[in-house]
Amino acid sequence: MAEPMKIRATLQGDVADVKVLVNHPMETGQRKDPNSGEPIPIHFIQFITATLNGKLVLEGQWSQAISKNPFLGFKLKGAKAGDKIVVSWSDNRRDKSSIETTVAGG
Amino acid sequence: MNKMRRALLKAAGGASTVAAGFAAGILGSLKVFAAGWNESGFDSKAMADALKSIGATASIESKDILIKAPEIAENGAVVPVEVVSRIPNTEFIAILAEKNPFPLIGTFDLMNGAEGFVSTRIKMGQTSLVKAIVRADGKIYSATKEVKVTIGGCGG
Repeated sequence: MAEPMKIRATLQGDVADVKVLVNHPMETGQRKDPNSGEPIPIHFIQFITATLNGKLVLEGQWSQAISKNPFLGFKLKGAKAGDKIVVSWSDNRRDKSSIETTVAGG
Repeated sequence: MNKMRRALLKAAGGASTVAAGFAAGILGSLKVFAAGWNESGFDSKAMADALKSIGATASIESKDILIKAPEIAENGAVVPVEVVSRIPNTEFIAILAEKNPFPLIGTFDLMNGAEGFVSTRIKMGQTSLVKAIVRADGKIYSATKEVKVTIGGCGG
């Protein structure tokens, strides 16, 4: 099961400032297990998307070089308090998760 | 491929979210998605190949792109990088680290009111130039900033 995510969207003027935290190991495939010495398989988020009221606003593609427990910040012009934002990701093992929030007034 | 995915997302309908798309299997077994991942670009070991994969072989250096990143990153595993593009109609931002084993780190298509802004945290193997690529109105712009890395973060 995918781990939980956190999201916050705050209105600043007519721009929603969105911050997302994802729990994900983002394994590079270059590390070895300290006990067994076995390589730890590569495991990372490849796609992350965001929608505002169902409309696609951001479509990201990532490599394994995005840090563990990824952070993503973006800004949406024209957003209003109460607007719905959904952020979804999927990784190279086909795990996926999403989270939604509503824009909070500034 | 981007266009195809976008069309599929649109086909999912106004009320549906991407999440709903996932649930309904519209994005499928992620095969559509997976096909869209820029594998050749992300697997490129050379900066030039990575740039080519995102159509940025040539770019115009722009002072209207700001890369906010630490001058010195003590921990290469977590380097905060923010890209701000003041270029009107910014529709795409990419982040690369020249000396990483695989320079292309992330790409971001922005649309429907998303501003020319992304903030994230990246891993850097060693001191390197961080490069931001911006596409606006079909034109390719770039900016670079050096980040000194004390302890590399690719293996750890």
